[in-house]
Amino acid sequence: MASKDNAAANAPGFWGWLNKRLPVDAFWRSQVSEYYAPKNFNTWYYFGSLALLVLVMQLLTGIFLTMFYKVGEATAFDSVEYIMREVSWGWLLRYLHAVGASFFFIAVYLHMYRALLYGSYKAPRELLWLFGMFIYLALMAEAFLGYVLPWGNMSYWAATVIINLFSAIPAIGPGLVEWIRGDYGVADATLNRFFSLHVVAIPLVLLLLVALHLVSLHETGSNNPDGIEIKETKGEDGHPVDGIPFHPYYTVKDIFGVGVFLLLFSVVVFFVPTFGNLFLEEANFEPANPLSTPDPIAPSWYFTPFYAILRAVPNQRIGALLLLLAVLSFFFLPWLDRSPVKSVRYRGLWFKGMLALFTVSFLMLMYLGLKPATGVYVTLARVFSVGYFAFFWLMPFYTKWDVTKPVPKRVTFHA
Amino acid sequence: MRKILLPALILALPFASALLVPAAALAEGGPALPAVVEEWHAGNDVSNIASLQRGARNVVNYCLPCHSLKYVRWSRMGEDLHIPTNLLVADLVPPDAKPADYILSSLRAEDAVTWFGKQPPDLSLIARSRGTDKVYRFLKSFYDDPSRPAGSNNIILPAPAMPAVLSDLEGVKAAVYKEVDAIEDGKPVKTQVFDHFEKVSPGQLSDEQFDAFVRDTVNFLDYAGEPAQVDRRSTGVWVVLFLLVLTWLTWLLKKEYWKDVH
Repeated sequence: MASKDNAAANAPGFWGWLNKRLPVDAFWRSQVSEYYAPKNFNTWYYFGSLALLVLVMQLLTGIFLTMFYKVGEATAFDSVEYIMREVSWGWLLRYLHAVGASFFFIAVYLHMYRALLYGSYKAPRELLWLFGMFIYLALMAEAFLGYVLPWGNMSYWAATVIINLFSAIPAIGPGLVEWIRGDYGVADATLNRFFSLHVVAIPLVLLLLVALHLVSLHETGSNNPDGIEIKETKGEDGHPVDGIPFHPYYTVKDIFGVGVFLLLFSVVVFFVPTFGNLFLEEANFEPANPLSTPDPIAPSWYFTPFYAILRAVPNQRIGALLLLLAVLSFFFLPWLDRSPVKSVRYRGLWFKGMLALFTVSFLMLMYLGLKPATGVYVTLARVFSVGYFAFFWLMPFYTKWDVTKPVPKRVTFHA
Repeated sequence: MRKILLPALILALPFASALLVPAAALAEGGPALPAVVEEWHAGNDVSNIASLQRGARNVVNYCLPCHSLKYVRWSRMGEDLHIPTNLLVADLVPPDAKPADYILSSLRAEDAVTWFGKQPPDLSLIARSRGTDKVYRFLKSFYDDPSRPAGSNNIILPAPAMPAVLSDLEGVKAAVYKEVDAIEDGKPVKTQVFDHFEKVSPGQLSDEQFDAFVRDTVNFLDYAGEPAQVDRRSTGVWVVLFLLVLTWLTWLLKKEYWKDVH
């Protein structure tokens, strides 16, 4: 915020006094009311602001849940039932938070898919993409840690299975697993540290990463469905001709998106909060029991694509490695994609086909991860694992072979 | 043409294999339960207060001797089920308990282990963790089996620790099996599967009365699993109506602002 832009500092009264000390007006103008965004955003562009909305909602409901939740293996499960039954509107807080976790992933997955469609990860937005991917990692950690806190039987066994994945690391694996759990099995010590990480450490990391994500977004400016840099065509006033101020145009548009989102969200929260065993599982309404394994042990739906990849491999160590690679593959996208164009609109059949392959593979793996790992399910999981990885690691080749279309100078927009 | 054909062929492969999924689901092995029992559904309605009151009576008379509902308070149950406090205290709350107490069985844990081999599970969440259908099927699936210590067995949960406590109401049933062809280790074999129940001796209730008795009981357990659920749905209607109006207004606002974007 250069002080020469800070005209409000010379304003009379309190407004001037404030802006001389804190660049409120300059910040608002540079980041909101005079921040230019492409005018051709479509429905895919709602999910960034919606993810931010869910983050705030999770923080707020989380604060209130923490007031009543009692960490500890003897008290955790009972305190969640206490919240559901005896705390005023406690059931609403709990459902908002639990269903919110699933909706967070719905928003984030659609937000990420938008980036795949329109090449938003490509230069000059590589860092923006990386910050986003770190948010995704932190979110996965946060969701897993939170899932353990109610200390239901699925909490207990999910923690057991997921922590055991670290034993695949050669040499230090078994020791590391013990160090993470703080005990010889998942126990009170594990629950306490997961609580600390879930309510303090990871939320702080998430907030920092979201800030970095937004700062780098506002530095490069948004991509758009045409994959055109709007800053390259500026009008006489120095603003991009295809850009419009974020406020009021996108603030009012995003508020409409919030309405639609909350509508769908409320239908789930108030009428089908367990969402047919997907958002809250039956097995988790039984207290943690080290002597009884739920059948089958399946992670939450948003982890099942990776879980299906893990189980598709007979060797546990290689399976865990592929699981890690499946998540990390996203990080390399900006450097794997060698196409001269960004948006799927101007790409050729190769990219469109591979993206379709990835879409089907991801959704099928998601489905297969919820099924038992037997017979034809395993075979299918292997086929789609290959499809999943092919999209990423053949990208340098097919994006080079691809016959792209010429990209126009101006965005496509129909008022 | 070749430029289109190659990627198209590569892509067709996984799409085609997706078609295998329904076949896989079918091949997942036969139903875990006898088909007859699988068709039974609790079909309960937690907004039916009269049914919940009958269910509460059933649970207090027949379940509470062994099972607790440790997350439910007598007083909260009375409020939700519109049972006046004087009736609650007179008819339901045990003499040594207060209305604000949780619903606890007087069975001592060590006695339970001696008599049944294990402590009976708490029923507060049983309908949530197992599903109402499963509880309904379980209560309707006891049959006479002299080989068991308590003389009874259950079709959907074989060899349960729980005896057929409702048999004085329902009467005694025998399980009738039929022989079917099956394949075991690749060889065709004859195997016995459950076919239906046959009444051996009548109970105090007719079949219809007993079915209603079990449905009321399951209905109450459904309520006990999530006492706020009726509130939740009725609040939800207002929330959704409010959001419909709000969203419509935000749409109008958006349209108004975007008029000048060309």
